[in-house]
Amino acid sequence: MFAFTVKRILQAVIVMLIISFIGFAIKHNFGDPVRDLVGQRVTPAERAQIRERLGLNDPFMVQYVRFLGNAVQGDLGQSYFFKKPASEVIIKKAPATLELVFCAALIIVVLSIPLGIYAAIKPKSLFSRFVMSGSIVGVSMPVFLTAILLIYIFSVELHWLPSYGRGETVRLFGWWDSGLLTLDGLKHLIMPSIALSSIMLPLFIRLIRSEMMEVLESEYVKYAWAKGIKPRRVWLVHAFKNTLLPVITVGGVQLGIMVAFTILTETVFQWQGMGSMFIESVERSDTSLMVAYLVFVGIIFVLVNTAVDIIYGLVNPTVRVAGRQ
Amino acid sequence: MKLSTFKSAGKLPLLLLILLVSALLLVGCGGEEKKEPAEKAAAPEAPAKITLKLAMDADPVSLDPHVQLSGGMLQFSHMVFDSLVRYDQDMNFVPRLAEKWERIDDLTMRFHLRKGVKFHSGNDFTADDVVFTVDRLKKSEDYKGLFEPFVGAKAVDAHTVDLITKKPYGLVLNMATYVFPMDSKFYSGTDDKGKAKDTIVKTDYSFANENESGTGPFMVTHREQGVKTVFTRFADYWDKTGNVEEIVLSPIKNDATRVAALLSGDVDFIMPVPPQDLERIDSTEGLKLVTMSGSRIITFQLNQKRNPALADTKVRLAMAYAYDNNGVVEKIMKGFATAAGQMSPKGYVGHNEALAPRYDLEKAKALMAESGYPDGFEATMIAPNNRYVNDEKIAEAFVSMMSKIGIKISLKTMPKAQYWDEFDAQAADIQLIGWHSDTEDSGNFYEFLSMCRNTETGYGQYNSGNYCNAKVDELTLAAQTETDPAKRAADCQEVEKIQYDEAGFIPLHWQNLSWASKANMNTEEVVNVMNFPYFGDMVVK
Repeated sequence: MFAFTVKRILQAVIVMLIISFIGFAIKHNFGDPVRDLVGQRVTPAERAQIRERLGLNDPFMVQYVRFLGNAVQGDLGQSYFFKKPASEVIIKKAPATLELVFCAALIIVVLSIPLGIYAAIKPKSLFSRFVMSGSIVGVSMPVFLTAILLIYIFSVELHWLPSYGRGETVRLFGWWDSGLLTLDGLKHLIMPSIALSSIMLPLFIRLIRSEMMEVLESEYVKYAWAKGIKPRRVWLVHAFKNTLLPVITVGGVQLGIMVAFTILTETVFQWQGMGSMFIESVERSDTSLMVAYLVFVGIIFVLVNTAVDIIYGLVNPTVRVAGRQ
Repeated sequence: MKLSTFKSAGKLPLLLLILLVSALLLVGCGGEEKKEPAEKAAAPEAPAKITLKLAMDADPVSLDPHVQLSGGMLQFSHMVFDSLVRYDQDMNFVPRLAEKWERIDDLTMRFHLRKGVKFHSGNDFTADDVVFTVDRLKKSEDYKGLFEPFVGAKAVDAHTVDLITKKPYGLVLNMATYVFPMDSKFYSGTDDKGKAKDTIVKTDYSFANENESGTGPFMVTHREQGVKTVFTRFADYWDKTGNVEEIVLSPIKNDATRVAALLSGDVDFIMPVPPQDLERIDSTEGLKLVTMSGSRIITFQLNQKRNPALADTKVRLAMAYAYDNNGVVEKIMKGFATAAGQMSPKGYVGHNEALAPRYDLEKAKALMAESGYPDGFEATMIAPNNRYVNDEKIAEAFVSMMSKIGIKISLKTMPKAQYWDEFDAQAADIQLIGWHSDTEDSGNFYEFLSMCRNTETGYGQYNSGNYCNAKVDELTLAAQTETDPAKRAADCQEVEKIQYDEAGFIPLHWQNLSWASKANMNTEEVVNVMNFPYFGDMVVK
């Protein structure tokens, strides 16, 4: 376990270095953050002074090394727009995004497993065909369109669900603003989670179905049938368990991608998480915040993939995590 | 050993599955049940307190009115602070904290201040606060340019204050609309971090960025930047016109979502309204749409130094004749703009009634034939794609219109974050720029967009066309120190005429402004051409 941990941390550090370097290179070419801080009549000379004060005139490597030095001490720079340290801004916004991703993941897991299994067991049934053709529509519809459609139907026409924002939140542990504990917060969560899950859900249904169908053709399942084991047990215990392995691998990667997809969902629903914060920081050239976001999302990717590797080992004992005894 | 792991692990996903399904069912059912009590709860609350739920495309960047000169900050200032004087809908000056004013001599304007006015902190408002505020304006990076003509403010007695200029200056009242007195006692001294409370800081913490004490109709009682700001009615506010007790401001950046929030009843008031949704809102029962011709002029600047063809007056005139202002306003802007033949919109002193848009393709072709470039020429052009309404489409329309008179333009569009550096560097022959006059006066247009570029004085700072006419400079400078309104108007209108005759640039249109709200509000009375809705005067029936 120790070797595994060390290896992981080392990998994470390298990944973070690469991400921060790329992020910083983008930042350096991203236009002038000072523009967004001043009125139109401020002279170029005064703007230059502000740039100098913010250290934006230094050479690229000087700025990057300074950034790394500060980052090691936990300082990811200053958000010009929020007038606060970037890490503080991100930590404030993270719960919104994480709760959204959690709810979307919940929807995906809960729906894709039974639907995928059913479609594999009874591929010819009407319902299976309906699910499969529905999933094609789902896969090909862009998230923002799904989101706008949902808002139009459930907010504008039916007045059932609120159209934007997080609603009422409750503060947990002194810093985590949660929308999961109030009725209003849950109502606000429904449409964004559905919209966010809409890209991955069809993918997982199709993945589970095809993996399951393959497993059902294998020798050991045929053997299990021959032994006269009950169908339910063959499907859920013998076949489904082996279906899970590739699903978990893909799931780990996709969960990371989902964090990225929150950018679109959050923008449409004015969901005050990291995604909309990122897109706004791009528009405002709030470059420190941009880089901090990239680094933070990088950390999430690394963490999720580590967790996937560990779970993988738990589900399939024949696969041992490297270095674990 | 292996078998047992297999078994125990086998139950895990099943158990999880059951748990999750039941959780989803709970969430699903909960969602259904929740609707009714929420609606019931909302109904009896309404008469208790009049709350305005307001959605704008952005929220104030700070609580310090001097930190940035921008539309958003001025909108905020009119809610939380109150100015000495302000504009009414016809651009006249009306008294606010100054009850009346008089000119003492060429350099001095005397303001008699309203008595019995209190700041949010409870302090009394006096002439000292005006002096403090003007001093602070002169220190602000964004405002010091505007207040450069002023020596400062001088308190005569507790409720009389003089604004003194260095030279005779015709825009003292225009500038007085920017003087939102701040509580000098509240902003003096040092905060608990040991920093001076009155410092103006753009990118970091400052006391004034997070605390306010103005005399305005609303106090900021809760603020989470980018999420929500709550404004509560200031009980001691002197003007009792409005009846809104609380404003909840949520920024909603996405146009479609902002409109949906209004249509679904989640918010009561939105600004701006995207052009594609104007009709929809106008035709929805229970909603009200208010639009107004704005004062932001959109222009194409033609760089005479970069491309010799554009230095040919005939070529520039031909381009002005070939551009169909009204066509673009109708087709691209969907009527949501006012076609322009000059910089000054109606209501500005420089507005010259005779200068109309002049689309005439035949004349344009004739002018090209007479010019030094009868066979046309090539030019480059840049435009932003997220700064002005439909900016990219307008630029594309311009390119196709110019191709009809033989001018081949290669256009590059980019986000505003990158655009302004390119603009400053004069990266292309033709560049798009929109301008709103800070002073609500014509002179500001000429000083920044059409006077000869001079890096020392800063005049012509945004004149990337390098248009230069000594007469324009002379008249603009004369207008600055002219205190006789009639003479100023004549000077400014002459400038417009010269620019028109030489086609110094191509004016496109003034963008319209738009607000939408529930029908039971006096929205049409509180909005204005500056786009600073006076929410303090808002009445909800």
